[in-house]
Amino acid sequence: MVKEIERAGIPVVHICTVTPISQTVGANRIVPAIAIPHPLGDPSLPLEEEKAVRRRIMNAALKALSTEISEQTVFDVD
Amino acid sequence: MSKKRVVHYINQFFAQIGGEEMAHVKPEYREGPLGPGLAFGPAFGDHAEIVGTVICGDSYFNENMEEAKAELLKMIKAAKPDLFIAGPAFNAGRYGVACGAISEAVKNELGIPVLTGMYEENPGADMFKSAVYIVSTRNSAVGMRDAVKKMSALALKMLKDEPIGASSEDHYIPQGIRVNLFEKDRGSKRAVDMLLKKLKDQPYVTEYPMPAFDRVDPQPAVKDIRSAKIALVTSGGIVPKGNPDHIESSSATKYGRYDLEGVNYLSKNRYATAHGGYDPSYANEDPDRVVPVDMMREFEKEEKIGSLYRYFFSTVGNGTAVKNAKAFAEEFSKELIEENVQAVILTST
Repeated sequence: MVKEIERAGIPVVHICTVTPISQTVGANRIVPAIAIPHPLGDPSLPLEEEKAVRRRIMNAALKALSTEISEQTVFDVD
Repeated sequence: MSKKRVVHYINQFFAQIGGEEMAHVKPEYREGPLGPGLAFGPAFGDHAEIVGTVICGDSYFNENMEEAKAELLKMIKAAKPDLFIAGPAFNAGRYGVACGAISEAVKNELGIPVLTGMYEENPGADMFKSAVYIVSTRNSAVGMRDAVKKMSALALKMLKDEPIGASSEDHYIPQGIRVNLFEKDRGSKRAVDMLLKKLKDQPYVTEYPMPAFDRVDPQPAVKDIRSAKIALVTSGGIVPKGNPDHIESSSATKYGRYDLEGVNYLSKNRYATAHGGYDPSYANEDPDRVVPVDMMREFEKEEKIGSLYRYFFSTVGNGTAVKNAKAFAEEFSKELIEENVQAVILTST
C-alpha cells in the first residue's frame, strides 16, 4: 500500500516495528514503532507517558514527511 | 553409519506453546523432534534424525533479533548439528523472517548446510533468498506434507554432499545465481520453439525472467507540514466495532473507509481490530495505539499540521496478497489526490 500511495503522487511515511520488512517491501520514509501489537503505544507505561511516546513517534513521522530524501531512509525517533 | 544430526527451528505456534498470546516467548531448546519436525523423521529414514528443536516466539524474535539470534545460536551449537532446518513458515511474515534470519546466522557462524521453507510472498523470502536455500511452499499449513517432502529431499542432498540442482529442479526460490551448463538444443532452436509455443498460446518457460524491481522513487517532501492535510491509513485492521465491512482477519480481500468527523480519539467502545495473527488485546484496549487519531487531533490544535483528512482507511495486513493490497491503495489514493491530501501516515502492526 505504501508504494501505491507514493506512486499515486503522495509522500507517505510508514510507521512499523520490523523496519527491515518495510525496507524490503520498498517504503521510502520509515519510522520505527514500539512493538508489533501496539506500534504507537506502550501498555506498560502510565497513560501520560504512553501518550508522550506516541507524540515522539508522530513527531518523527512529521519530520520524515518534511525531509527531502533520495533513497530509502529510516528516521530516528528522538 | 550413524545418523546425521539435524536441529530444527519452529515458532511458538508450531511448538504448541500457544498462539499470538505466546508470541513473546524467549528461545528454548527441547530434545528430539516436535510438531512439524515429526513429519521429517520418516522422510530422513536411516540417514538423519532431528536431535533437537529450538523454539522462539515470533514477536520476541523480530523485536529482539540480535539477542534472539545469539541465544538460539548457543543452543543450536551445543546440539552439534550436521544440518539445520527452519520452518516451514508458509505465509506467516514474522515466522518467515525469523526462519530466514536464524538460518543465515547458523550458516555463517557454524558453517553447516541450512535450509528453510516459505511462501514466495513471505517478506522473509525476499530478505533471505540469496543467503540461504528457501524451499518454495504453499501459503498455508495445508501445504505441510508437500513442503516436508521437498525440504527433506533437499536436506538429504545436502547431507550426502550431492550437487544441488537448479531452483526449478530442487524447488527452492531462485537465488539469482547463474550456472554454466550445456543444453541439448542450441539457442536458436530453443528460441524458435518458445516463440511457436507462445504463438499457439501454449505454456512455455522463459530462460531469462526479467527481474522484478518494484521500487517507487520517493515523493518530494511536504513543503509546509503545518498547513498540510494528512490522511491516516493502516494495515492493522482497526475498524468500527462489529466490523461493518466484514474485513477478513487474514488474507483480506477488502478495506474500509471510516469517517472521523467529530472523532477526537478512537474509543475502545467504538473501535476494535479485525486483524488476526497478533494479540489484539493492546489494540482493542486503545485503538489509538494503532491509528493515532488522538495525536493527530492534538497536532491540529497545536497547528503542527493543517488538518487530519476526514476518513481513514484500514485493512488487515495478515497474509494479505500483494495484489490485493496494491489494488486497495490504488483505489483510495485516487480519492486522496482528488481531495488534495498532501501526505499519508501509514501504520502497520
